Amino acid sequence: MDTQVKSPTKGTPLVKRGLADMLRGGVIMDVVTADQAKVAEDAGAVAVMALERVPADIRAEGGVARMSDPALVEEIQKAVTIPVMAKARIGHFAEAQVLQALGVDYVDESEVLTPADEEHHIDKWPFRVPFVCGATNLGEALRRISEGAALIRSKGEAGTGDVVQAVRHLRSIGSDLHALAAARPEERFSWAKRLAAPVELVEEVAAAGRLPVPLFCAGGIATPADASLVMQLGAEAVFVGSGIFKSEDPPRRARAVVEATAHFDDPDLVAKVSRGLGAPMRGTSGDQLGIRLADRGW
Amino acid sequence: MHSPLVGVLALQGAYAFHARALDELGAACRLVRRADELEGIDALVVPGGESTTIAMLMDSAGLVDPIGERLASGLPVFGTCAGMILLAAEVVDGQPAQPSFGAIDITVRRNASGRQVDSFEEDIDVEVLTGGAFHGVFIRAPSVLRAGPDVEVLARTRYVVAGADAGHGAEPLEGTPVLCRSGVVLVSAFHPELTEDRRLHRLFLDMVDRGMSTSRAIPTERSS
Repeated sequence: MDTQVKSPTKGTPLVKRGLADMLRGGVIMDVVTADQAKVAEDAGAVAVMALERVPADIRAEGGVARMSDPALVEEIQKAVTIPVMAKARIGHFAEAQVLQALGVDYVDESEVLTPADEEHHIDKWPFRVPFVCGATNLGEALRRISEGAALIRSKGEAGTGDVVQAVRHLRSIGSDLHALAAARPEERFSWAKRLAAPVELVEEVAAAGRLPVPLFCAGGIATPADASLVMQLGAEAVFVGSGIFKSEDPPRRARAVVEATAHFDDPDLVAKVSRGLGAPMRGTSGDQLGIRLADRGW
Repeated sequence: MHSPLVGVLALQGAYAFHARALDELGAACRLVRRADELEGIDALVVPGGESTTIAMLMDSAGLVDPIGERLASGLPVFGTCAGMILLAAEVVDGQPAQPSFGAIDITVRRNASGRQVDSFEEDIDVEVLTGGAFHGVFIRAPSVLRAGPDVEVLARTRYVVAGADAGHGAEPLEGTPVLCRSGVVLVSAFHPELTEDRRLHRLFLDMVDRGMSTSRAIPTERSS
């Protein structure tokens, strides 16, 4: 932002990333009804993700998963004052255009929905609405950022309640960030090749030692301790999908995950809020999976 | 006089950016998540984030009363965006249970600039700052509907919600205050912590220094 912005300007990279910066240290919860959205807001969620089926149900029921009905998105927007996000299929820029027209606060170009394009993700730069995209490793994160994503989340494996994939993805991104920061200047070219990412972006990341956008965690978080774990591994906020509303006592669990995310480095507090929450979502461990959603995206 | 220790409320939001800004200016900084961490601080920053979330976490951490007491006894405080909402005397469109500290006599509307697609950046003129306009980043920004007689309005926005954007319940913001000061309380609707310009954090630290040297709240009226 070197030039003077005399007249107000919208949809800039700084403004797009700015909202993600405001969500740091918070929890974004998947909701499928306006009532659930209220529960999430009352429990202290920083934002909600409006969708028709949580990932666990998409996984169980199968079929093509698409953008939510605009009527549902609008109902949820009316129900809460916190930001509302919604998902578009990978590469489905027309769904993203619709979501922007609805005034959603963030579009998640998500592997949880059935991909619409086998080669291309959405060109996110022309949009005024910001995008969040999933990544399993640093190269994928940088490709999404080069396409205009203003926020990256680890993919994890949505709808499983199993945190192992999210941990793998966060560790992979984190260790590559460290290694890249330590690389000699001439090695950055081969890093760019290996990561399949633009060399300018690789150099920027190498110099900064971090992504140029926030890194949140998603996929398989089901307990307050899961939230604390991924925050300690470098996530800057947490998406919880099926983990809240597939549990026995959603309002209490939602509140506990919010507290554990904020106080992630305070084990006494995490212990306190974890007591007697009722059963978490049952979940599916990774080796029993039929479909790996994290493999979607290119 | 020792150099000030600035607490940054670190429950949720952009607190790390404030800590970095203060650190760059040489101020000692402490992240505050528990009541005992308020002990010994000379000033407080309430960052941007989701005001409903921060309010709830302050409540469960037992921070509402201790912070309120410190503010009542003249603790200098800088609130940005959500922080401005939490420090305001009156909030419109907030959550019913949302506490506000009433540290500054303004009425604030949450999310007045609409949804994220209407978030914007703009160079604003701040009368007490030298060195040109300040680059304001407004993220789902609140607006000041009313500023009391003891409140200095230090900057206003030129932003107006265009007709095409008005469908999201936003109302015109042109000429509304976006930076206000009253005694040792400074609030902004925008996010100085998201840019590299440190003049507003410096202004706040100067307010803190003056407050410490007089050990009383500085007078509201002063020449700039």
